[in-house]
Amino acid sequence: MKQFLRVAWIVMRKDLTVEVRSREILYTTAFFAASCVLVFAFALVREGRPMEDAAAGILWIAISFSGTLALGRTFERERQTETLKALMLAPADRPAIYVGKLLGIVALLGVVEVLLVPMVGVLFDATFWARPVWLVILLAAGTVGFTSVGTLFAAMLVRARSRDVLLPVLLYPITIPIIIGGVRGTAALLQQTPDEPMIRFWASLLVFFDVVFVTLALWTFEPLMTE
Amino acid sequence: MRLDFERLVVEDVSRQYGRRRALNRVNLTCQAGEIVGLLGHNGAGKSTLLAILSTLLAPSSGRVLYGDASAYEAGAALRSRLGMLGHDLFLYPELTARENLTFFAKLYGCTDVPTAVGLALERAFLDDRGDDLVSGFSRGMRQRLALERALLHEPRLLLLDEPFTGLDDASGQALVTRLRGLRDSGRIVLIATHDLDLAEGLFDRTAILRNGRLGVLDETGGTLRDRYRDAMQQASA
Repeated sequence: MKQFLRVAWIVMRKDLTVEVRSREILYTTAFFAASCVLVFAFALVREGRPMEDAAAGILWIAISFSGTLALGRTFERERQTETLKALMLAPADRPAIYVGKLLGIVALLGVVEVLLVPMVGVLFDATFWARPVWLVILLAAGTVGFTSVGTLFAAMLVRARSRDVLLPVLLYPITIPIIIGGVRGTAALLQQTPDEPMIRFWASLLVFFDVVFVTLALWTFEPLMTE
Repeated sequence: MRLDFERLVVEDVSRQYGRRRALNRVNLTCQAGEIVGLLGHNGAGKSTLLAILSTLLAPSSGRVLYGDASAYEAGAALRSRLGMLGHDLFLYPELTARENLTFFAKLYGCTDVPTAVGLALERAFLDDRGDDLVSGFSRGMRQRLALERALLHEPRLLLLDEPFTGLDDASGQALVTRLRGLRDSGRIVLIATHDLDLAEGLFDRTAILRNGRLGVLDETGGTLRDRYRDAMQQASA
């Protein structure tokens, strides 16, 4: 287990070092997410009054769209230098490599969410801070669920010619439960009086999906990555 | 767990890509302390064979034995004894030479990482450029670094695909000397190359791949280039 975590840590650290040097994925993902929120703000806010429950939906749409972009680019980088082969050749547990990649993308999306939440809050007049702990739990559980499937698919599709098209086509239908859970949980959080039982229900459901998706991904990563 | 093996045996290995057969019932045995050359035109199947030997690719039929173990049985223990230098150099351009080597040394579970990395930089003649980003390196510098990356964990079996690409004369000769040293220390070295001048006198045995089939090159009579040309002419006659 110690060895597994060590490899995951090494891979995540390497991914974050590469990103800190290039800032390519962070800038493109954050810009794309902000553009997405702005477009929806123009469409759904009239005379300073947003559509009911729009904030929760827009937040999760922006997270999932920008997340797809980040997933694609992370593995495109490994494909261009063929370093994914080097990772597969290493005498490490391949699921540990998966976990390292997953943690790197979760950390990156976490930074994007730190920018995204206040922006959606201001533009859609949403009080995200009423229950900050629940907000963090919902965002973390939703992000892990979305990226756990996304990391697996992005790695699988890295050699496919039409990977840019295939990734969202495969990813969105499977992650619909995560997106619904995130949207409904966040909507319950944003009510005049936050509906705690509903928030707890959706957060629990998200954690349940996280466990299912991460377990399935750990189980399938090795055979799927062996040609 | 370290898996040491004295022999590499390729038994009736074939590999299909859709309807195209890249390798056709290839048989090859390599012993410890030997350098085996793998020659052939572009697309003859050299890289496919190296990818199968490195465990990156599974054969469509046949099997590869590392000592008595197959890749499927030995798994990570086997991968810790393989070193691979591919067409692509498996280096991160956004990291420095030292960071690249440190990352792979840790991933391969090297015990004394700073010493291993320092030695590798020295052997790649890059000790004064260790903290420079790889993106600023010439092809030859990257090639030398990639070779040391492949050797960091002291592999038993070394698979090199076009190792002389981008190297100047001095670096090419240094690599030849290094490879002979590895052979003398009991490694199995398999080299696919088109650089017949630098490879002259380097191989203990030479195999030729032609349309996915493996043949053996006569080790006597003329230079490597002459023997290779004659063999290819005979095969096409």
